[in-house]
Amino acid sequence: MSTAIDEMTCREFVELVTDLIEGELAEAKRVEVEAHLGECDGCATYLEQIQQTIAGLRRLADADDLPRTREQALAAFRELKRTN
Amino acid sequence: MTDTAIRDDAELIAAIRRGDEAAFAGLVDELTAPLTRLALAHVPSRAVADEVVQDTWVGVIRGIDRFEGRSSLRTWIFQILLNNARSRGQREKRTLPFSSLRRHDPEGRNEPAVDADRFQGRRGEYPGHWARPPVEWDSPVERLAGDAAREVMLTAIANLPERQREVLTLRDIQGYSAEEARNALELSETNQRVLLHRARSKVRAALERHFDSEAGR
Repeated sequence: MSTAIDEMTCREFVELVTDLIEGELAEAKRVEVEAHLGECDGCATYLEQIQQTIAGLRRLADADDLPRTREQALAAFRELKRTN
Repeated sequence: MTDTAIRDDAELIAAIRRGDEAAFAGLVDELTAPLTRLALAHVPSRAVADEVVQDTWVGVIRGIDRFEGRSSLRTWIFQILLNNARSRGQREKRTLPFSSLRRHDPEGRNEPAVDADRFQGRRGEYPGHWARPPVEWDSPVERLAGDAAREVMLTAIANLPERQREVLTLRDIQGYSAEEARNALELSETNQRVLLHRARSKVRAALERHFDSEAGR
């Protein structure tokens, strides 16, 4: 058991974070990653910061008011479909 | 793709071809936000992004009769948008802040998620483990919602290679699933994930630099 923990480095861990979050790690790898995470505060903080980053990015969307072009698109539809 | 999606596509395409405005409006309501965000990943202003989206809808209306269904309807629409947005972005490149940062590796696939010097070297006590581990951020929820962090994120996104910027925009800003993003951008599963990984890593690193400097670290 402890060899698996010893084998994974933090440098490897940070490259597996997205696969971990996306649920795309093979079972054996996931166990290894989670074992490392349980032992390593730095990597636990890193994973937490990636999740905070994702939440922060999602909030960028709240600040937009996006569907401004709806009426223009529908007007184009009416015009082009009529003249077809 | 499921049978339902194919049937829905066929029905929707038929409806738009015969001039069913409600069917077209449904598509406009569903896709205008993601299309606009994706356009903004390439062009410098909201006004230009709106033009690119409008040109895309005109392209959809004009092209729908010739659309052969070799991709899904939505993939086809996203590809029209991306072609418009990329060429428009190329033309306006000089006005973009990140134009000076062109890279040799446009997809940025060979970069580490964290700078190598943050880890111990071969002669360290624990090679490959943290030399300078990340430090927890204070009040991250409040501060990530603030204007300063917002600017840091927007600048970091603007500096990403183009494909990373597209994936991050659809996945993390728009909230698309991996499958939706893959279909919109015509990417393989692995490629989608690698691009997302690089992009998120870089936004985190930018936020870390910002929070660390605010904390005097």
